[in-house]
Amino acid sequence: MRVILALAVLILGSTAGEIAITHGMKATGEPARLRPLALLQFLGRAVRNGWFWAGVPLMALSFYSLLVLLSWEPISLVIPASALSYVVGTFGARYILGEQVSAARWVGVVLVCAGVALVAAG
Amino acid sequence: MASETRLRIKTLLMVLAMVVSANVGDLMLKRGMSRIGAVQLTSPGLAQAFRLTLTNGTIWMGIFFLTGFLLSYMTVLSWADYSYVMPAGAFGYALLTLLAVVFLHESVSPRRWVGVVLICVGVLLVGQTKPRTTAVTREAMA
Repeated sequence: MRVILALAVLILGSTAGEIAITHGMKATGEPARLRPLALLQFLGRAVRNGWFWAGVPLMALSFYSLLVLLSWEPISLVIPASALSYVVGTFGARYILGEQVSAARWVGVVLVCAGVALVAAG
Repeated sequence: MASETRLRIKTLLMVLAMVVSANVGDLMLKRGMSRIGAVQLTSPGLAQAFRLTLTNGTIWMGIFFLTGFLLSYMTVLSWADYSYVMPAGAFGYALLTLLAVVFLHESVSPRRWVGVVLICVGVLLVGQTKPRTTAVTREAMA
């Protein structure tokens, strides 16, 4: 039970954090050019966005949950299980960020999720 | 459409930069930490580990590459879909396995090879979808 709870915090925390950061970056707008000065200005705008700072503690919470999980369960179980975040993240992108997830993208995400689970299981 | 192709190439190059810098950064951190040795979870042990990590050049190189990863991740998300970048970034797992075979001559289980193939096919499928499906937000003021 506590393992499932920690896994939920791990997956939902990182997904929510990345969705908040994506939202913040979309609001920031893309850098004018991929040059050092333009990138610095871009970074300055990004860190003044509240969504960016909403994402950071969520990802920290997820990381802490990962450390706790690794102290309970073997890594060959924890990392494959966390691959579910690819599917959860795609749902979040679709329903929270309003991205269009085509059938091809869904199939790709499911294959990636299964593939990462197999690679991590060793 | 030429602009569509340009967007895809720009996005995939940025994802590649993301994956390479994350892998190199992790590798450097692992190298640096293994030279420091197992950390004792006591306050003097942690304090000593902290001192050793701060003076270790390899660890600083790792931090440099991981900062590069974060920057490229933030940059690519400013124009591309999260549901495009996230699965495409999983290419790193496949790359890591190939590097381990070529450079470290590690043996890889059949199960792991199946995983590598699934990741590659999945990334190819996601890669040919439209990198951005949401409305374009205001362009950066130059």
